Amino acid sequence: MREIVTVHAEVLVIGGGGAGLRAAIAAAESGARVALLSKVYPMRSHTVAAEGGAAGVAQPEDDLEAHFRDTVAGGDWLCDQSAVSYFVAHATAELTWLEHHGCPWSREPDGRVAVRKFGGMKRARTWFAADKSGFHILQTLFHTALALPSIDRFDEFFCTGLLVHDGVCHGVMALRISTGEPYLFLAPSVVLATGGAGRVYRFNTNGSIVTGDGLAMAWRAGLPLRDMEFVQVHPTALPGSGVLITEACRGEGGILLNAEGRRYLQDYGLGPETPPGQPRNKTMELGPRDRLSQAFWHEQRAGRTVPSPRGDAVHLDLRHLGAERLAERLPLICSLSEKHVGIHPKDAPIPVRPAVHYTMGGVPTSVDTSTAISGLYAAGECASVGLHGANRLGSNSLAELLVFGRAAGERAAARARAGAPPPPGSALGHAREHLCAIQALRAKKGTVRLAELRDAMGSIMDECFGIYRLGPDMERGLSRLVELRESWSDLELRDASERFNTELIAALELSCALDVALAIGASAAARKESRGSHQRLDAFSVRDDERFLAHSLVDYAESGVPAIRYGPVEITSYPPEERVYGGEAQVGDS
Amino acid sequence: MTVLEIQRYLPESDQAPRWQRYEVEGEPAWSLIDALGYIKDHVDPTLAWRASCRMGMCGSCGVLVDGVPRLGCEVFLRDLPDRPARIAPLAHLPVERDLMVDTEGYLRRLRAVEPWLQPSDADPVGPVGERLQTPAQQAKYLETAQCIGCMLCYAACPQVAVNEPFLGPAALAAAHRYLSDSRDHGHARRGSVQGLQGVWGCTLVGTCSEACPKGVDPAAAIQREKVRGALSFVPSLFVRGEDD
Repeated sequence: MREIVTVHAEVLVIGGGGAGLRAAIAAAESGARVALLSKVYPMRSHTVAAEGGAAGVAQPEDDLEAHFRDTVAGGDWLCDQSAVSYFVAHATAELTWLEHHGCPWSREPDGRVAVRKFGGMKRARTWFAADKSGFHILQTLFHTALALPSIDRFDEFFCTGLLVHDGVCHGVMALRISTGEPYLFLAPSVVLATGGAGRVYRFNTNGSIVTGDGLAMAWRAGLPLRDMEFVQVHPTALPGSGVLITEACRGEGGILLNAEGRRYLQDYGLGPETPPGQPRNKTMELGPRDRLSQAFWHEQRAGRTVPSPRGDAVHLDLRHLGAERLAERLPLICSLSEKHVGIHPKDAPIPVRPAVHYTMGGVPTSVDTSTAISGLYAAGECASVGLHGANRLGSNSLAELLVFGRAAGERAAARARAGAPPPPGSALGHAREHLCAIQALRAKKGTVRLAELRDAMGSIMDECFGIYRLGPDMERGLSRLVELRESWSDLELRDASERFNTELIAALELSCALDVALAIGASAAARKESRGSHQRLDAFSVRDDERFLAHSLVDYAESGVPAIRYGPVEITSYPPEERVYGGEAQVGDS
Repeated sequence: MTVLEIQRYLPESDQAPRWQRYEVEGEPAWSLIDALGYIKDHVDPTLAWRASCRMGMCGSCGVLVDGVPRLGCEVFLRDLPDRPARIAPLAHLPVERDLMVDTEGYLRRLRAVEPWLQPSDADPVGPVGERLQTPAQQAKYLETAQCIGCMLCYAACPQVAVNEPFLGPAALAAAHRYLSDSRDHGHARRGSVQGLQGVWGCTLVGTCSEACPKGVDPAAAIQREKVRGALSFVPSLFVRGEDD
């Protein structure tokens, strides 16, 4: 066994995307010495791919209460309302903070920050930087972090486990990808900011790095995962590649058409039809993502989708926006559409179809980002702070990264200041064993091919845990996931090298993804109702507040189907109602 | 079927880079990154490269395709020539393994230009506390703010190969981005970008701008900084600066 390199820090941040960088900056500004670990260089993190924008109340006619209500209703009442209140109250200040650090938010002619309409939002409140909002947010955070000498970056370090002993987190074990060396990072505070798990599905909008590593680590360390059955399927991605075509296309006035040229969303409770180019909040194309993806499913079943070489699609028509507005507001979409499907949206509609996009569930945290393990905090997509409920509204997650990333960094720094006990010797022994086992995986003998296992997992998830779900399909999928997870230990690896052994990293990522897939599957099969993004076509096709106005909690199991428990949803001021969009949502509004 | 000749280098076993030929059963709509994935999945699990977003935003997947710096996710099999395409790591940067090149040098150069906003509290603010900036003011730096750090411009720049201290196109473009931002008052940054390690190390061949996949035009940014540097030595009585 190679010698373990030990690094001490006050605050350890795992993940260099939006939440991780914001946490690192907040911790550093609170006076802590920060070690920022990321399996990729921070500017490569998947926050970079977010397009549409970040929500924060900014217009005089808007108010926090409206943002709160939109978010709770959008989440089909599975949100923890104090988390939503905290979020809406802090989002605007964070977006402004980002502006102060250079983020090139798109502007009004007089120099004020501009906002655009977004799905499920009653007012325009989405700040945007053309259609590269995530990129500019990440870039601004990365550049800001470069200025802070108390942030030590450990780029291309793959975290393999949390060092937890008696309910206290003392650090993490990791692998330095460039050399293959085992590392032990010790710190009184650890912030998990590792993003989501879209890659457990085959057809998704996520980058190849989005494999749920942090979710699996927290789960293995003894924390339950919460609301994992709620996986957001974005309604508009390119067929074949799954490349995201932002909701901002519709916010700017784009329309969706079926094979007959009909604005089919009016047939799914989202009408009345609005004139092309004149989008109306919470209506038609500006309905929430779950409803739009479900409408596609029905259109496909009815044979009203458009066949394309890489799968059925509907048409996203942006032609009426005109070349100038497209260039100003949606330049990336124009370029992606031209490059990937050979269509410039000024000339012809873009073929789009739903693709898995976002993990609503995650590591349960309090509003202050703390978890049930002392010293462990979580923020961003890997966390379940209670903001998104059963369906996230577009543009809430970029703001979430900032609001809760900052909170995590400040909390983590405060704990580090207060001092925490060092890890006991037995914990360090456990860390050594863990790292030893990782080292032994290189070129391990076995009979299972990594790619086959990965693709089998993705196909099961696509088939059994997609837009609509059926009890028997889910049971079948679940038992298959249990088998697939077990077969990981029989994986055959053929690369024996130490430096940049990306086969080993892929195997570790797959083991995480398999855990997360199982957590999703078990949580989905157990929820016998339909809510938000979890829709069943069997006897449980409606929302059941009597039994299931509750967070699911899936507990870790070494093997077999993990057990599900339920915990209370916090409702402070907005009791459950029916979710209404389209014309009904406008009743009483000016 | 597509044939790729890929430059391989395993630092633990290869003395020098070598070429290896692979056959890929792919679709015309596949990107080069999809093809590399096919090879790793079905032919050779030791092949290594960087990639993530597959939509030209994360900047991970720069490689040379027949000698031209490209993002692997923006090269599609349908666009490759009939003969085998040669895929190599980006030029002018140390090769770590196979198609992976060292990123640290770029980040060191980037940091040297202090690429962060250095604002002033005296700037006018809007209704939510944002610093006001009109679209026209924003247009002065928006193009250079699109840099994704993919380093294609370093692979294209002849000066990077021969002048080691040269900050290079992307870092200088980042300097220009902040120096052209109406909200920025970090004028000390100007010193670091003048001199031979800075804009005066550029010989104006413009290959960086041709290589840039995001339309950043580092060559133009460098020329504007040369002008800005030159003007700072000339009394303003005679010449008016472009960024007053």
